[in-house]
Amino acid sequence: MAHSSNSTLAHHFVDSEQQFDASKMGMWIFLVTEILFFGGLFATYIIYRAWYPDLYIMASSQLDTSMGAINTGILILSSLTMALSIWAAQHNDRKKTTIFLAVTIICAISFMIIKYFEYTHKFHLGIFPGANYTFTGIDHVKAPQFFSIYFMMTGLHGIHVIIGIGLISWLIFKNQKQAFNSSYYTPIEIIGLYWHVVDIIWIFLFPLLYLID
Amino acid sequence: MDNTITSPKNGLKIKRFTSPDHPKVNFAQAEKGIKAWLTTIDHKKIGLMYLGSIAFFFFIGGLLALTLRLELWTPAKTFLDADAYNQVFTLHGAIMIFLVLVPSVPAALGNFFLPIMVGAKDVAFPRLNLLSFYIYLAGAFFSLYSIVTGAVDTGWTFYTPYSAQSSTSVVSMTFGVFVLGFSSILTGLNFIVTIHKLRVPGLTWGKLPLFLWAIYATSVIQILATPVLAITLLLLIMERTLQIGIFDPTLGGDPVLYQHFFWFYSHPAVYIMILPGFGVISEIIGIFSKRRVFGYWFIALSSIAIALMGFLVWGHHMFVSGQSTLSSIVFSMITFLVGIPTGIKIFNWVATMYKGSISLRTPMWYALMFLFLFTIGGFTGIMLGTLSVDVHLHDTYYVVAHFHYVMMGGMLVAFLGGIHLWWPKMTGRMYNEKLANLAAFLIFVGFNMTFFTQFILGSKGMPRRYYNYIDQFQSLHQFSTVGSWVLGVGFSIILYYLLHSLGKKGVIAPKNPWGARSLEWITQTPPVMENFEYTPVVIHGPYDFHKPIAEFEYGIEGSDSHGHEHHKDQHVNIHSVNV
Amino acid sequence: MDKLGSIFLPPAKSTIAGEVDSLFNFINGTSLLILVAIMAVIFYLLIKYRRKSDDDVISLNDHNTALEIVWSTIPVFLVVYIFYRGFTDYIKIGSAPDDAYEIQVIGQKWNWTFKYANGNTSPNVLHVPAGRPVKLVMQSRDVLHSFYIPDYRVKHDVIPGRYTSLWFEAIEPGESTVFCTEYCGTSHSNMMARVIVHTGEEFDKWLKESGGRPSDTPLAEYGKQLYSKSGCQTCHSIDGTKLVGPSYKGAFGATHTFADGTSAVVDENYIKNSILNPNAQVVAGYAPVMPTYQGILSNDDIDAIIEFIKELKELK
Repeated sequence: MAHSSNSTLAHHFVDSEQQFDASKMGMWIFLVTEILFFGGLFATYIIYRAWYPDLYIMASSQLDTSMGAINTGILILSSLTMALSIWAAQHNDRKKTTIFLAVTIICAISFMIIKYFEYTHKFHLGIFPGANYTFTGIDHVKAPQFFSIYFMMTGLHGIHVIIGIGLISWLIFKNQKQAFNSSYYTPIEIIGLYWHVVDIIWIFLFPLLYLID
Repeated sequence: MDNTITSPKNGLKIKRFTSPDHPKVNFAQAEKGIKAWLTTIDHKKIGLMYLGSIAFFFFIGGLLALTLRLELWTPAKTFLDADAYNQVFTLHGAIMIFLVLVPSVPAALGNFFLPIMVGAKDVAFPRLNLLSFYIYLAGAFFSLYSIVTGAVDTGWTFYTPYSAQSSTSVVSMTFGVFVLGFSSILTGLNFIVTIHKLRVPGLTWGKLPLFLWAIYATSVIQILATPVLAITLLLLIMERTLQIGIFDPTLGGDPVLYQHFFWFYSHPAVYIMILPGFGVISEIIGIFSKRRVFGYWFIALSSIAIALMGFLVWGHHMFVSGQSTLSSIVFSMITFLVGIPTGIKIFNWVATMYKGSISLRTPMWYALMFLFLFTIGGFTGIMLGTLSVDVHLHDTYYVVAHFHYVMMGGMLVAFLGGIHLWWPKMTGRMYNEKLANLAAFLIFVGFNMTFFTQFILGSKGMPRRYYNYIDQFQSLHQFSTVGSWVLGVGFSIILYYLLHSLGKKGVIAPKNPWGARSLEWITQTPPVMENFEYTPVVIHGPYDFHKPIAEFEYGIEGSDSHGHEHHKDQHVNIHSVNV
Repeated sequence: MDKLGSIFLPPAKSTIAGEVDSLFNFINGTSLLILVAIMAVIFYLLIKYRRKSDDDVISLNDHNTALEIVWSTIPVFLVVYIFYRGFTDYIKIGSAPDDAYEIQVIGQKWNWTFKYANGNTSPNVLHVPAGRPVKLVMQSRDVLHSFYIPDYRVKHDVIPGRYTSLWFEAIEPGESTVFCTEYCGTSHSNMMARVIVHTGEEFDKWLKESGGRPSDTPLAEYGKQLYSKSGCQTCHSIDGTKLVGPSYKGAFGATHTFADGTSAVVDENYIKNSILNPNAQVVAGYAPVMPTYQGILSNDDIDAIIEFIKELKELK
């Protein structure tokens, strides 16, 4: 079996371009499944909001809009730095690649820290998902349900952010070992795609949950 | 014979590659030992591991079926109590659907043959493929683990609020199914990218074997539908563990909402379970009629139509659920329309046999069985899609009979047909055809005995998921149970002769016992590790039996020639060869 | 076709049943015809074009658009016709006449209770007049159930937290069976009820006189009837067998120990409380699954059951 001189080219691909195209297509398809996965939650949200519109307006005021807005800005910034890391890799600038990836991670961690404060503040008030809800500040019998949906949507999103942190850290690790250059940066490209979708999902979550009042 | 020809379009020099029937080192010999198999990224071995696992789970699901049919020998308790019986039918359904039918043809036969049929050396993401297999095993583990922690008795549909409140191990099983969904998604993803990106020169979409069109359409459904099941089951798990109140009315939720979510996946899922079967039937009928499959583009595109329209009919499982009359009307209308592309396939397959040269070998017997059984299944689907009649038939044995006709009489029979078609290629061995035909006959007889009876039970008013039944149904139930024993014998015979063919006394198979033309038949038997020892170039279509086999053996040297832009040269402009 | 239909179908005892059956028979008949036609063609082709040699001449004609259009559009017309008939009948099935006689149905694990406009309650037996439309307004007290009368060709899910309904008109006096047809747990297949169709006069008579114990039936004997009619026998035996719930044999006067360690003597109050508030004191070793009969059994009914259980104390 002939070996390619390019050690990043897997044996079953004819050339790097085919490999890159295939990898991107694969990631796009995966992201479609992520959108449908969250789509189910968005559908639940839409249905319950259609049934209890007043509840949603009331409950949304319990969410800290400024924290949500800051988080939105942070994620958008992180998408920019992610894109810049790809640009840096395309220009063979290993150092800048790492820096931009690192800033992306810092943004992601900040996002999770703010989320942490948001969640703990709610727990402090007795706002928990489902049966443990004890908050009395919203005068609606279905109030626990709004927050169940809130926790599920933001929680699932948060899990995806954490996974993203893990993936991007791996990219830094590989980059420092000189795995990427201008002719091979596929993992950065496809993890970048993943990160953008995580960002876009938040961009829909934020107004739907925080900006209803 | 001109062994080298030049493409007028791009100067590509292709030549004929002949090879002996059996390679010196086939894919199973290239890496030896259990560890090699368990860590392989070779799609062929992964396909075979899936095949073995699926056969194993089918065996378990089958034992459960025999158990429940035995319990139904008498109206009241025969040997199981009610709770045990309810757990048995739940497990039977969940195993057969999630561990057997959903993966079946794609994971076992698709994995083995898709790359070879497109001329590639592997799927687009081989390591992801192995991961898919292990995710499948993990999902199977969690599902079956539920048996020891209290089993599940909700039925494979997990309807709320019963499933949210039941004291049985719903979380373990639904989590298992959740995990299995990822295996399904990753397999579909791999297949779509492989078909798009890894086809060899000359293999245009119009020359793809119809099996691949079917797998492609199936993969599209897997990508779009499975995530919705995943979130539905996740919500159910949250409902049970945190009581979030989405589906349970005592917590403020809506039980009918669960049904909408669940069927939004599960209806497309039945198309995941049948489309690959259609693909196998196309191959078999083409090969054993020795003719181009009639209406190629109609069959190919009808699979896509079914895949897309299949997303719009989920409410036909809910005509008496309390959903609005208007939704029921719309769902019924579209349900009828989605039956039309399937009918088109049946007619095209029959037309393929016209003026062909028909050979009645075991795979063809399975294809003929399929045509009969699936047509009955399809017509009874029309019956169930009819609003007024469905009010009477919903949740009765009529539904049970219908889905067994399409899933077992259809898909499983097609799967068996595919196994018998491709067994010589995968294993290099030929099975005992007399025994194979006997088994097929027993399965046909046993199947109709078991399940046709159930149409009558259902329309006479016997509800499904019933441990007890009224006395007047006993003789029908007993007849059905005897049928299940005949089925059991048939399947045992299959297991026997297939395993026997692998042993010392097994007969070695030739490279192309059926005289087919698609790429998997051109390569050696069993294939070498890289599938081909050259890069095939496709000149003719997969059903051009009138062209000599020699004209299918053309290709270019090597497989990963650096710098040669092979994958762009899809349209090699050669239609005939100078002899 | 009707003869063939009768193999498949129960007797047609409601006004809509005949129409449903006619459509069922039509679809069956048409399907059978097409199936036979397809199989005949296949059989013919298998013989005529069987492989005679490896050099058989085969046709290269591999498509015919006109044919595709023909065999696509004819089925479309057929299914549109079937859809139309199904749709019109479905509308009828779903539209109860305004003057339909309403009866409330309560479904719970694992029995049915019927409540009439005059306050009568009949557990597990539905009394209806012949020749009059009857509308059932249904609800569940726990999980999903489904109310199905095969003879009438009607069915609808019974949902907790929501009312659903179905209607029918029984043609003539007689009896039919009701089945629960949405899986609801252990005794799902035992959750049956009977429909007794009376003539108009008999029905009015029944309404006036019953819904309670007939004046000439002693309490204990009525209690025994209630024991089977109300579904108690599904979970409580009278011969000592341990089922879902404790046996009644020898229960009265005995001491029951509960899951929380406390205990009590089985007396009249205990029995009444167990019927109305079953999960307040659950006997140790049993699951807290008994539904309440509040609003279903009257005080007289409960007295009758108490007397029945008392009598079982004397049985060996």
